[in-house]
Amino acid sequence: MEITLSIITGLMILGALYAIHAKDLLSAVIACGIVGYGLVICFLLLKAPDLAIVQIVVETISLIIMVAVVLDSSRQELFSKPDIQGYVSSITAILLIVVLFYFFKISIETLDAFGQGTLRMATHYIEGATDKTGSANLVTGVIFDFRGYDTLGEATVLITAVLGVLTILRIKGKK
Amino acid sequence: MKGMTLIVKKTTQLLAGLIFLYGIYVVIHGHLTPGGGFAGGVLIAGSFILLILANGSDFMKLTKEETGSTLYENLAILVAVFLALSGLLFGAKTFFLNWLPKGTLGEIVSAGMIPLYNIFIGIEVAASILSIFLALVIFKEETSE
Repeated sequence: MEITLSIITGLMILGALYAIHAKDLLSAVIACGIVGYGLVICFLLLKAPDLAIVQIVVETISLIIMVAVVLDSSRQELFSKPDIQGYVSSITAILLIVVLFYFFKISIETLDAFGQGTLRMATHYIEGATDKTGSANLVTGVIFDFRGYDTLGEATVLITAVLGVLTILRIKGKK
Repeated sequence: MKGMTLIVKKTTQLLAGLIFLYGIYVVIHGHLTPGGGFAGGVLIAGSFILLILANGSDFMKLTKEETGSTLYENLAILVAVFLALSGLLFGAKTFFLNWLPKGTLGEIVSAGMIPLYNIFIGIEVAASILSIFLALVIFKEETSE
């Protein structure tokens, strides 16, 4: 299981790197699709079908919109010559990655082995959740009962996104 | 935006209804099988997006009805908030209280408020994704004129 997941995540990293460096923007968009669909396979292997359904549909719709945008505008990536500011920001990014990886390595040693045991809070969710919520699907029971505030926040984020898009893309009344 | 060829149009006319029905199934059975409001809502929006992409932007006059989708989106989130607030009136008086009777495990009418939340969140997600897509289509139409 761990080896399969490692291979898939490695492929996803390769796809993301190719998407950054591709000269043709259409192939960059399709390489972004590798990341999304790889994530779908990871979710299915980790037995999370709820997330896999959402991810596969959202990935398909966003990929279609991105392909439509690329076909409508230019397919050429515009490269600029690297200057001092670019070097400084890339060195800062590499330093940040190293520091984050170091702390991640420290914190992961305190966790259980992969697939073994549950976290302290998840144990309370799993025990008797079907009796408390009456829902056969545990995930829906958690997101609409124990974590209702999270769901309300997510819906508010969607509303705000739509408001932002409608505000930016209006033609009438802009002049 | 122009439509695609006749083959694509006929295939989408056959498939879009099935995708719409599957979205409704995922929303309604959200508390029994994998899925729920978010997954089903995106599926419902996807069936409309498929129809618009295949048949062109003037199909079903959908691009004229952006106000309709935003209206349903706002109404659905309002109803969901009122459902959450209704927990303050009954029972233990807490926000997001599941005060309806739970019923037997595994039936469609069970789990109290959770199916209602699922349905309204599904409407909200479908309407918001559809209105983002329609806003992009309308923007392209109006700038290309």
